[in-house]
This record gives sequence, structure tokens and C-alpha cells, in this order.
Amino acid sequence: MAHANAPYLGKDLLGLEELSREQITALLDTAEAFKEISNRPIKKVPVLRGKTIVNAFFENSTRTRISFEFAQKRLSADTVNISSTGSSVAKGETLVDTARNLEAMNIDMVVIRHGASGSARFLAERIKSNVVNAGDGKHEHPTQGLLDLLTIRDHRGPLEGLRVCICGDVLHSRVARSNIHGLRKMGAEVGVCGPQTLLPADVQTLGVTVFRRIEEAIEWADVLNVLRLQLERMKGGFIPSLREYNRVFGVTRERVERAPRDVLILHPGPMNRGVEIDSDVADGPHSVILQQVTNGVAVRMAVLYLLSGGAPEQAEAAKTGGDA
Amino acid sequence: MTEPQRRTLMDTHATERALSRMAREVVRLAGGAETLILVGIHRRGVQLADRMAAEIRAAGAVVATGTLDITLYRDDLMTVGPRPVVGPTRLPALGIDGRIVAIVDDVLYTGRTVRAALDELADFGRPRRTLLAVLVDRGGRELPIQPDVVGLTAEVPEGGRVEVLVPEIDGSLGVELVEAA
Repeated sequence: MAHANAPYLGKDLLGLEELSREQITALLDTAEAFKEISNRPIKKVPVLRGKTIVNAFFENSTRTRISFEFAQKRLSADTVNISSTGSSVAKGETLVDTARNLEAMNIDMVVIRHGASGSARFLAERIKSNVVNAGDGKHEHPTQGLLDLLTIRDHRGPLEGLRVCICGDVLHSRVARSNIHGLRKMGAEVGVCGPQTLLPADVQTLGVTVFRRIEEAIEWADVLNVLRLQLERMKGGFIPSLREYNRVFGVTRERVERAPRDVLILHPGPMNRGVEIDSDVADGPHSVILQQVTNGVAVRMAVLYLLSGGAPEQAEAAKTGGDA
Repeated sequence: MTEPQRRTLMDTHATERALSRMAREVVRLAGGAETLILVGIHRRGVQLADRMAAEIRAAGAVVATGTLDITLYRDDLMTVGPRPVVGPTRLPALGIDGRIVAIVDDVLYTGRTVRAALDELADFGRPRRTLLAVLVDRGGRELPIQPDVVGLTAEVPEGGRVEVLVPEIDGSLGVELVEAA
């Protein structure tokens, strides 16, 4: 008996801003079904057998790259990793060259992490293969957004009406952007909280509530997504000191215990313990930080699986071609 | 366009009787229910396996069940087009090694679903024996696969299709033949 088909995602996954609620739901539901594969004695299904995937990481990343690699291997894809640091070539040229070289090797998908916002789209428009954005500059990190949504849904049920506050360095954060788009599409209320210097000037245009004090944010929220303070980007005098940041904006046990309800705690990692989040909270009963990591593999499996198919009209064309 | 003709092959009562008989035959072939695992193929095989398990339990025996979604093992996934929705796979936590696994599905046609199910089960372990129980065998095999237990063997005219109805999805229990419009 024919199975129902999942909605088509398009050729690429560049951001959650472009996805509909229906598409996000399909991704989360598929990830839900894929969780079980990682618990099998043989953690592998043959669905991407014969597909070649290039992981092009132009910016350092350990957990995202490893998570994508696990996802690819558990779907039986063949993978190649490219990493490049500090190329002297201008970004545009590097990417065009990379794209041409990749296409010449008959690949099926590219997972790209790049420091320039918009680089994933730039690549996607120039190659036929599927492109998955694994983080582009300050733009989006859609698979992180999806795994956050899945983890919240696991613990708090449907996202509709939930209050989720994104805390910390929203300015530099592609995770924040993907979360805001994804959560709002799913009907959640989104807040942001951080020092004014670390909130984008136009943050209200994204449809979020701005909290200036972490205490107010915690009182309001069902879920806190605590962002990493990107220490490598803190040279511009955004905050007076790390100690000061922790004192004013840190998610501490005292603050969480004062909340009127149990607040679910997420963090995309890697954590700066004692800066944006205290160890008591990170390792505490409401933390789902490690489950985010587990869910990350399932979400990435779902993304790769759903992108591997193609458009409905391609299927029709293939059918007609076959019968002729 | 005319509405396709629907004809009842088995009503609720006949389907219940068929499942009851299938349950007894599977237990007999397995030499008892203790080592048996009834594994329903997603979607309607799951409900049928549950009904067979209920029959076996009603007779006082204990039997394990599981569900299998074979989507990721299909042999037509190289074709382009939207991907099928993937459903849940759940097998007993103690595994299937050394057990007798009965695959339960609604309709046996080309045999491709069963091929996929056998491959998927092999990734979970090595059953001592694997049986195949189907509510309807409608012929038309494209692979060398045969059932061990059959509820009904049906002749299906060209272009026709057999639909198994289960209460959980379709609101009623039965088997219908839908003829080409």
C-alpha cells in the first residue's frame, strides 16, 4: 500500500525563514522516527546508499561536523570532508571554485559551514547538488534551530503558544535567528534577553519581545535557550567583563529557582560555564543540553533524507520518461 | 469519471475469524507463543498483528509484538520525488536473536515490502526462524517470496486493488476489492 509522501522541502535547506509550518512539522516528525535508528544494534539504514556528500567546513566546528557525519553514516551515504582555514582568496572566488570542483566529482549533496552570511545560498544557486546550510556567518543555522525545536517539543509538547526566550549574544548568533524563525512559524512566542550591545538594532522587526533583565525573561518564559557568549567575537567592547556579564545576565541556579514554573534549559554548546550559564543549571534537572546533541543527529538524518528525493514534478517527469 | 466499484471480500466477522485462525497457525508453526514475536508492518500490518496478539493472549499465552516501518529499506528510493513519510519501528528491547519472528502484513502482492522487511530485521539480529503471515494474498509476485500463513487468497482483476480496513485507521474491520474505474 502506498505511503503518504512528506512535503517537498525544495532543493536546499538554507534557513528556517524559508520553510512553512508544514515543512518544519514534517522535518520534526521524520526526525522523531529516525531517533530509534541510533539505538539499533546496527546503527545504519540503507536509504542514502550510493549518495556522495561533501562536508565543506570553512569555519571551525566540531560538534556540528561530527553530528552531520554520524547522520550521513547512519544513512549509508559516502562522505568526504573538506576544511579550509584562512584562505587568502576572496570569499566569493573561493566558493565558486569550490563549487566547480565539487560538481566535477559527481557529488549529490554539500553540507556547508562558512563564516560569510549568505554563503550557503550563494553556493546553492551555483550547483545542482542539494545544499545544506550548517551555519553561515550570522545568518542561519537551520539544523540547530530544528534540533532545538525537536527537543522543546519532546519535553513541552506542541510548540504553539509556548514562550521561549533566547538569552545572550543574539547579535552574533545564527542559532538565534534560526530559532526565532522556526519558533514563530510553529506558533511559539519568542523573547530575547541580553545586553543592548548584543541585541541586533532591528531585533523587534523579527516579532520578538525584548527583555532587558534576565529575571524578567525567566519569569516570562517556559523555555530558555541560553546562547554561547562568543568570546572570540568579544574584542569590540560589547560587554565590560565576563564576571560582570555573569552577574547581570548569567542563568544561575538562584534565578532559575525563583521562576514561577519549571523552565526548560537549552544551550547549543559549547558552554562557557560560569559565564552565560552556571554549572548547577547546565547539569541540573531542567537541562536538556545533552539531549539536544542526541536529537541533532536525528534531525540531520531527517534533513538529508527529505532533501534526497527531489521535486514532485521531477517524479512525474521520470515516470513519463520511463513509460515512453 | 465513474466511481470505482467496491466489493466486500471479507466482512468484519469473516476478517475476525481469519485473524483468529492465522494467530493459531502462527503459534502452531512457531511451536508455542513463548519464543514468538509478531511484527506488524507499518501501517495496517501493525493493527493486524495487535489483533492476532490479542487472540493469542485471550487463549492464556504470552506473546511479544513489534512494529516495522520498511520505508528506509524500499528498493524504489532511488527514484526522484518527495520522500515517503517514515513511521515508527519498535522491536522488543531484548532483541530478536534466537526468537521466531512472524512478519504480519495486510496484503501480499509483489513481495517487495517483505524483502525490505527481511533486510531490516537482519539489522536487528538473527531470528531462529522468520515466518510470513498475511491477511490477503493477491498473487502477482515480483520476487521469490511466499507466505506461511494466509487469511484469504484473492483473485484480483487487472487494475484492481485490495484494501484492508482496520478500525484504528479506517473506522471498520474488513477487506474490500476496489476494481479499476
